[in-house]
Formats: sequence, structure tokens, C-alpha cells
Amino acid sequence: MKTDPLHAQVIAVLQAIAPEVEGEDLVPDEPLRRQVDLDSMDWLNFLIGLHRAFQVDIPESDYARLVTLDDVADYLRKKTGQGPTRSE
Amino acid sequence: MIDFTLPALGADMTEGKLLEWKVKPGDTVRRGQVVALVDTSKAAVDVEIWQDGTVAQLLVRPGETVPVGTPMARLLAPGELPAVRRRVSPAARQRAATLGIALESIAGSGPEGAVTLEDVERAAAAAAPAATAASVPVVTGAGKVTDMRAVIGAAMSRSKREIPHYYLGESVPMRRAQEWLEAFNAGRPLPERLLMAVLPIKAVALALRKFPELNGFYRNGAFEAGKGIHVGVAIALRQGGLVAPALHDAADKPLAVIMQELSDLVQRARSASLRSSELADATVTVTNLGDQGVESVFGVIYPPQVALVGLGRVSLRPWAEEGGVRAVPVMQATLSADHRVSDGHRGALFLNEVRERLQHPETL
Repeated sequence: MKTDPLHAQVIAVLQAIAPEVEGEDLVPDEPLRRQVDLDSMDWLNFLIGLHRAFQVDIPESDYARLVTLDDVADYLRKKTGQGPTRSE
Repeated sequence: MIDFTLPALGADMTEGKLLEWKVKPGDTVRRGQVVALVDTSKAAVDVEIWQDGTVAQLLVRPGETVPVGTPMARLLAPGELPAVRRRVSPAARQRAATLGIALESIAGSGPEGAVTLEDVERAAAAAAPAATAASVPVVTGAGKVTDMRAVIGAAMSRSKREIPHYYLGESVPMRRAQEWLEAFNAGRPLPERLLMAVLPIKAVALALRKFPELNGFYRNGAFEAGKGIHVGVAIALRQGGLVAPALHDAADKPLAVIMQELSDLVQRARSASLRSSELADATVTVTNLGDQGVESVFGVIYPPQVALVGLGRVSLRPWAEEGGVRAVPVMQATLSADHRVSDGHRGALFLNEVRERLQHPETL
């Protein structure tokens, strides 16, 4: 399976909210919230984390498109042009 | 002289272990200031002091476990002077300084009430019960979870044993609330957006103004109405267990402030850095299990509170309205309440009030 370089960065943001998450345990094309126990506050904080790390705005109307790790990576790629701005 | 006693940080707490003093004799303290870090079986809690004053003497040492109500420190009230200028023998003064005891708190037995070395030693012995725990044992993560399970079990057993619960449920149409929330969030950057969860919290708080018998405590055989509307919000902890810290004066706060405070409470609950007032003050509890995908929750009241509101998932349901049927987002709101204080009639009116409030989200 090819690894998406964006995944690691997205997982790092997720781990700030759910420290118990192990990146290698996540299935990239399965819904994140089925794999990680995230309530709506956690999810919002996850999106805020992405917003800060990737400098993208994520309108609420786009929330429904962000389901799996692959979805999130694709979305960020589209939003940022080519790839992520390497934060810090 | 005022005794500062170990407060009960929740109905289920019987004792606490002092981890650390944040003040020392001679310090001026203000109401609400954090003075100590105390380990309950649930979390390490910043304990606030409830009066202004000056710390005269610390009575409990870090590492000691003491029952709720134990005097932990003595304070001089504002304006209260250390009686008169005390006569103190130089040896006594030096010893008191070494031991960290305020001379004002020591009764003198020497000539003209002078404090002697012996008086200091006696006061020190009284203040420091046998245990001289120098180091604070570290509680492992797993031990903490087991302790918390036991504490929750004790509180919930007490609730089921003592509180004659009654339960009511109501379907609340959420279309207006959803539309309002979408419009509100549309123009705002992520960090300023609201979660749906804050709307029902505010609606419950506002409704409680009209139903004071659901907001407060049942203690010593009688109901005490809450002095404010402090909504305890049940927060699941990642390692298991839950806490329900208070969102103070929720009825008086704009939604944006409630959102900010809720976010802050969740974060601090999970990093175990709640304040004592947050753990002890809640006058009612709201539990929201909609995120976990259930339609309704009938909760167990957290004693000595007298009511708990349960919120389920907002989901599309067929809804008969104005002679037709349409798909409408609906949320189940439930009430568990204490029959010693209220009855189903008032409970039903309360739930109706919550439902009506949510039909006018712009007024929340």
C-alpha cells in the first residue's frame, strides 16, 4: 500500500486530541470517527488543528466531505495547491 | 481566625490527599485563589479558598490523606490582626520560622503570654500528625481508572438507593436550531464556530429559571435551591470514566462564551486540571450522548443534585406538521428528576420549556 506523505501530518494533528491513536492502526479509507472515539468537540478541535497546521479555511459546508484519512488528505491537497506548508 | 477545611469536591468524595500547598504562612489570599492541589480519586484538583485572608498556619502536610471537613489551614480574616504584638522568645521565633508556623496562631504560655520554644514545639506537633510523608506516591494511570470506577459506582449506588427517580422524554424538533447554527457558523472562522451542543445547554439553563425545583440540592432531608444555575456537563475521559464540571451561571452567558468555556472544560477535564469550584458547584447535570450515536439517554441523578437532562442524537425523522409529513431533524430530550422535590407535571412543563426555547435559537 502506498503511503500518502500528508497522512503523517494529519495524524500528528489528530494525536494532539486523541493521544492514544497509533498512526499505523488507522485504515486510511475507513471513517476516522469509526476508528477513533471522537465526539463533536474533539472533531471540531481536530479541524481547528488542521486549519492552524495547514493554513486552510474549512467551511462548515465541507465537513461532510471529511470522513476518512484519505478524504482529509485529498481535501488539504486541493486546498493548499500542491502540498502542505511544512509547519514549524 | 478562620479554619479552611477540605471541601467535598463532589458528592462522592469522602477524603482527599494533599499533594501540594500553593501558599505559605504569611501569604495574603483572595477568595477564589487556588491554594492547594488535592488528589481525589478522580483527579488532581486545584482547590480554591472561599474567603479573603492571610495564611496563618498550614495544618496538613503534602502526602497526607484527610477526610472531607478536616481543617487544612488557619487564616486571619481581613483586618484581623495578630492579636497583640506577641512576646516571643528568640529561640521560639527561630524555631517557628524553620517549621513554617505563624507565631500568631500559637498560644503563649510564658510570662505575659509570651511564646516559648516549648509552645512552638507543641503547636508543631499538633499540626503535623504522625505521618511525615516526605514524598507523594505516584498514582498510576490504571489505578486511577479503577479508583474512578469505584467512586462513580459509589455515587450512582447512592443515587439509585436514595433518590426516587422519575423519567420523562420529549422529541424536540431541531430544524430551526440547525438552520440558525449553520447561518451563524457560515460567516465565522473555525475557532469561533459553535457546536450544536451549546444550544441545549443554554436552553436548559434558561428553562431552569422558571423551574427552580429542578436546580439545586437535596441535603439533610430538605431541598436547597441552587444559588445560581451552574450546569454540570458530563465529559467522558479518554482513559475511561467521566466528570461533570460546572459551567457557572450558564443562563447569563452568551452562546459564544458557553462554547469557549465548554471547550476549556473538556480540555482541562481530560488533562485533569479542574478547579474545586467546578467539581463541587454544579446544581444540575446535562449529559449529551448524541455524539456516540444513541437516540436517548435516561441518566442517573448525581447526588445531591435533583435533576439530570439527557440529550440524544439529532437525526432526521418523519414529522407531522401543518397537515403534512416531512423529514425533520429531531432530538430526544429526557429528564430524570427527584420525586422528593418535584413531580412529573412540573417536569413535563420544564421539558416543554426547553423544547420551546430551542424553537427560538436567536433568543438563546
